Amino acid sequence: MIKVEHLSKNFQDLPVLKDVSVTINKGDVVCVIGPSGSGKSTFLRCLNMLEKPNSGKIIFDGVDLTAKKTNLNLHRQKMGMVFQQFNLFPNMTVLENLTCAPMMLKKVPKAEAEAKAIELLGRVDLADRADTYPNKLSGGQKQRVAIVRALMMEPDVMLFDEPTSALDPEMVGEVLDVMKSLAQKGMTMVVVTHEMAFAREVSNRVLFLDGGVIAEDGTPEEIFGNPQCERLKTFLAKVL
Amino acid sequence: MNAWLLKLNETFIESGGYRYIIDGFKNTIIITLGALLIGVVIGSLIAIIKYFAEESPKLKPLAWLCDLYTTVIRGIPITVLLLIFYLIILVTASDLTVAILSFGINSGAYMAELIRSGINAVDKGQMEAGRSLGMSRAQAMRKVIFPQAIRYILPAIGNELIALLKETSVAGYVAIVDLTRAGNLIRTNTHDAINPLALVALIYLTLVVLLTRLLGKVERKLAKSDKG
Repeated sequence: MIKVEHLSKNFQDLPVLKDVSVTINKGDVVCVIGPSGSGKSTFLRCLNMLEKPNSGKIIFDGVDLTAKKTNLNLHRQKMGMVFQQFNLFPNMTVLENLTCAPMMLKKVPKAEAEAKAIELLGRVDLADRADTYPNKLSGGQKQRVAIVRALMMEPDVMLFDEPTSALDPEMVGEVLDVMKSLAQKGMTMVVVTHEMAFAREVSNRVLFLDGGVIAEDGTPEEIFGNPQCERLKTFLAKVL
Repeated sequence: MNAWLLKLNETFIESGGYRYIIDGFKNTIIITLGALLIGVVIGSLIAIIKYFAEESPKLKPLAWLCDLYTTVIRGIPITVLLLIFYLIILVTASDLTVAILSFGINSGAYMAELIRSGINAVDKGQMEAGRSLGMSRAQAMRKVIFPQAIRYILPAIGNELIALLKETSVAGYVAIVDLTRAGNLIRTNTHDAINPLALVALIYLTLVVLLTRLLGKVERKLAKSDKG
């Protein structure tokens, strides 16, 4: 589904990603772990071209997103993204946050978009918050709305950039539960996370990034049960 | 007291001076509002061009021109600018047109910065969220960024309006009877300096106080609707 070929990214002179190649298959739930500064978030943001790679290719559903003539806006509709800081639109109600993009970009009729929004909100226990503004929601509620906002576009893959890192501890669970049920429904997901328990339980594949390269790539059992490289062993000793 | 009222009658009524004041007031308001409108249009255009030029290399030369415009205009005193337009560039235009254009073009350079910093004050994550959903830069700007930026921009434009109102008092340099010149003409005709100047000052003061109050109300309203 997403094929990353020889991806490199520098910030000014600082190399953040060095010649990363990896293939993410349909139905994969990939957790990306690693120490801070290892390039996890940059890697994720390159997948939907929020960061422009310096070299390499991102091939999504057979289309090279790095090619100049590619209509990025069209392909981004198929890649939902959830941010650490939620990034809900504060000038819109929850319902407007959800219906805005489908109505504008896919010309979904208002009534249809709203019905769908209410249904999805129900699934994350927020049906009664449709008409509130984001600033009236808790962090956990905001992030659930943000997940639903991305789902409204019916994406083929969901990208999560540390979705629970800005949350109070007691709200982490409610967001992870939503992500878990999404994974169980077969959504392809790439999740940058520090939640090792989530990575171990929910993902079918874990990428360990360190120093801008994928230092290890395996099933959760392999990564957590039988780490090969020293850096991963050191990292796991610190976080587990 | 009676003597002062008689003097007022002599200065403003008998000499026909009140007509200058009415005309001057009218012209001051026309120049201020006209210049504000032109300023907002130019300022918005520049702000938008510079915003999109950050990502689009094709717009770079245009952005460079905008920079040149703001640098030149902000470096020249408004009185000099007014004289340049009056005596060199717009010789055939009516006095009022010259004044409106000069103040408008001057104001546009400042508005551009106000609008740009309003846009930049909106969190970067907002644009990213819009883009991640598939919106173009222009769509995200219209639907997401600008409605939030307006909260920062409106009060700043209000302040610019107040500054503009007072700045127009140099319009008399190009033969326009604005409020200030009206007072001056009455002084020349009646040899009464205190009363015309006091009246003119009072009118400016009243206008500024009223505008400041209005602005305060708008700001409070915007703060209330701040859903951040």
